[in-house]
Amino acid sequence: MALLRALARDATQSASALGRSLGLSQPATWRRMRRLHDSGVISGQRLRLDAARLGFGVTVFLGLKLATKGRVSLEDFERAVSAIPEVQNVEHVLGVYDYRLRVVARDIPDFERVLRRRIMTLPGVGGVEANVLLSEERLAGPLG
Amino acid sequence: MSAEIILDDTDRRILRQAQAAPDLAMADLAERAGVTSATCWRRMERMRSAGIIGAREAVIDWRALGYEVEVSLRVTLDKGEARAFDDFIVAAREVPEVLEIQTFLGRVDVRLRVIARDMAHYQQIYRERIMALPHIADLEALMHIARIKSDETLPL
Repeated sequence: MALLRALARDATQSASALGRSLGLSQPATWRRMRRLHDSGVISGQRLRLDAARLGFGVTVFLGLKLATKGRVSLEDFERAVSAIPEVQNVEHVLGVYDYRLRVVARDIPDFERVLRRRIMTLPGVGGVEANVLLSEERLAGPLG
Repeated sequence: MSAEIILDDTDRRILRQAQAAPDLAMADLAERAGVTSATCWRRMERMRSAGIIGAREAVIDWRALGYEVEVSLRVTLDKGEARAFDDFIVAAREVPEVLEIQTFLGRVDVRLRVIARDMAHYQQIYRERIMALPHIADLEALMHIARIKSDETLPL
């Protein structure tokens, strides 16, 4: 668990460096790292970029409701929404909304363009609720 | 504060490739971006020291660890309370099953991403930990069914 926590912070650390800080031998650390990958517990890597400094100043979380359930194929909607480059995450949810979207944009006018031209024109879209992200923190999670 | 640097097309090309495959070796990244290894390394170093490129993190699949339930909790806070945001966030950080905390401008004040092993475990977290968080005026849950797209890369 401590190994997983360390890798979640920085996946570039070598087995020997990690082993030293955790009091494990290099081969033992390497075996454990291998196992975390092979079992699918570590599903990949993510490179953190400073979105604001790369010109993406706005992140918006959208709650989206489909208007005509049953008449629109969910697959069609999901394929179309996933193809929008500014849409980072799409989650099918149960509750007051049908889908949750995470959208990045350069600024508010750019977001409005994405919303009007790309999202509102998707097949079957009904109500949309937008919440503009102010701050975000990610936590280590239940790792002991 | 790090100094402002101006990115050109080469930088963007490297970033696009690095985002798409973060675990690529420098030589492979250089090849995909169509630059020499030396150039690629120099550009990456420059963007790293400027703070544009941050950490490379392992992505944890919580399902593989036995966490089958994922919920998006949308919280409205009692705005009559001046310290509502601060108190709430400090307390929410102490709940181990909370993976993300976001604050918003909009109808929702705060969102928590919460995981649990199963529905019984979720109910326990909800009753004992979430309901105990301070200054909640309203709470709404979106139960996660499926992840259709998860690609937190920037459309550079």
